Amino acid sequence: MEIFQYQFFINALWAALFTSITCGIIGTYIVSNRIVFLSGGITHSSFGGIGVGYYMGVNPIWGAAVFSVLSALGIEFFSKKGQLRHDSVIGIWWSFGMAIGIIFIYLTPGYAPNLMTYLFGSILTVSQGDLLFMGLLTGVIVVFFLLFFRMILFISFDESYARVFGMPVTLIKSLLISLVALTIVVNIKVVGIILLISLLTVPQSIANQFTQVFSRMMFYSVGISLLGVVAGLLFSYNQDVPSGASIIFALIVLFGLTKAGFYLRDKLHPHR
Amino acid sequence: MSEKILELQSVDAGYNGQRVISEANLEVYDHDFIGMIGPNGGGKTTLLKVILGVLKPFRGKLIYHQIYDADHVKRIGYLPQFSMIDRKFPISALEVVMSGLMPHHGLTRKYSREDKQRARQMMKRMGISHLEDKVVGELSGGQMQRVFLGRAIIGSPRLLILDEPNTFVDNQFEGELYEHLRELNQEMAIILVTHDIGTISSYVKTIACVNQQVFYHHSNVITQEQLSAYNCPIQLIAHGDVPHTVLKRHD
Ligand SMILES: Nc1ncnc2c1ncn2[C@@H]1O[C@H](COP(=O)(O)OP(=O)(O)OP(=O)(O)O)[C@@H](O)[C@H]1O
Ligand SMILES: [Mg+2]
Repeated sequence: MEIFQYQFFINALWAALFTSITCGIIGTYIVSNRIVFLSGGITHSSFGGIGVGYYMGVNPIWGAAVFSVLSALGIEFFSKKGQLRHDSVIGIWWSFGMAIGIIFIYLTPGYAPNLMTYLFGSILTVSQGDLLFMGLLTGVIVVFFLLFFRMILFISFDESYARVFGMPVTLIKSLLISLVALTIVVNIKVVGIILLISLLTVPQSIANQFTQVFSRMMFYSVGISLLGVVAGLLFSYNQDVPSGASIIFALIVLFGLTKAGFYLRDKLHPHR
Repeated sequence: MSEKILELQSVDAGYNGQRVISEANLEVYDHDFIGMIGPNGGGKTTLLKVILGVLKPFRGKLIYHQIYDADHVKRIGYLPQFSMIDRKFPISALEVVMSGLMPHHGLTRKYSREDKQRARQMMKRMGISHLEDKVVGELSGGQMQRVFLGRAIIGSPRLLILDEPNTFVDNQFEGELYEHLRELNQEMAIILVTHDIGTISSYVKTIACVNQQVFYHHSNVITQEQLSAYNCPIQLIAHGDVPHTVLKRHD
């Protein structure tokens, strides 16, 4: 195909790879620990950083990075210290970040270029600079999980037991939630704030139908996202529709198909 | 002469400033087998959390003498009363048992072949070999309890703490469990929380009554009168022929 000759398309394929690895691994952590709502909160509150970035004339992604890491750690901190319900705190940060973003974008004189990119993503416009960040984060996440995999599994499964043995539970959890925040930030360009959560949950839900082992769930999720992202990318290019939406659409179709497949299998061979 | 492995010195402890345990003193020696009893809400689990070092006392001291080994590994095994686990979490029964070895490894080490072998043996001992690859959340209550017991014991602790281990398990395993404990007691001290002191009285060596205060009873025989004196209002099921000496002598 001739599109493989275009640099923007090569970039998009690299982005697809990095997205799949980061979201595949981090998403498995998110889904297993049931922190999907928390991740949604972090994603949306990063919009505050985008608004502030526009206002101050710096790259909005930097603003998003600061906001998302702060909100990730802030949510944990306030729900512990403030004796508030975890999900209520998430709800507050979620809308607060969005509100800040909207206010600052309105305060910024003139037009906010690329605003739609941040909201809905555009994998075909990913730059070499974006790729550099994505590649770096991919490396950090892979190394972190290789080193601490047993510990992550142990803490995620039974945190209070890990505390008995003086394991650095709070530290590891804070690092993990910061990695969640950074994963969200680097992937905003790909599918956008509004749709990001599905990259962190749909591949994992598909993978979970095939395996109930944490490590395998990570590997399968990476493969499944890669399939979904590339399929969505091609569809978006062919039909000239926004890439973020087509990627999510491809993933959900995949989810529906596998779900139906398993359902049929169980119907036809109930005692397999 | 037995060695002291830990002690509590006039400990006050509780939650959010509310005192649940007051002025508690307790010494645990190796080869101890302490049956811990007391009414619901009396503070047994809270006291265990203090002993485990996860709940900081408001006042008083927790002193570990023989809990850490030369490699600074905390040699405690713990079976919680309620394990707050997510039944959908993707982890197998074998992995959970093996995770009892986690404290023995550095932060980053992987499990070795030998670890896996040990975990397999432990599962066999618990009578759940056939469940190795099963997701832990899909086990029955009793099966899960055995998995958690395996996790507690696999690291050969110096002190084994069991918070009502007989919940969920069937009569047969309960009997096996107490026999296991008797054997394990050769190598480790045991603290066992139970509401059924009658059944286990022949296994424990001493009794601790916990109802805000802690009364230590240097024998496995206790009468209803003594219990009242300890402010420990629990009903004992009568065993033996003397009606008010509720527990038979072990030896
Ligand atoms: N996490 C907590 N936060 C606040 N209060 C608590 C907490 N855990 C226990 N309590 C309170 O401390 C008291 C003692 O509870 P604890 O769990 O130690 O009792 P217990 O002796 O183990 O009871 P049971 O026999 O029912 O297991 C109770 O009044 C309880 O309400
Ligand atoms: Mg209790």
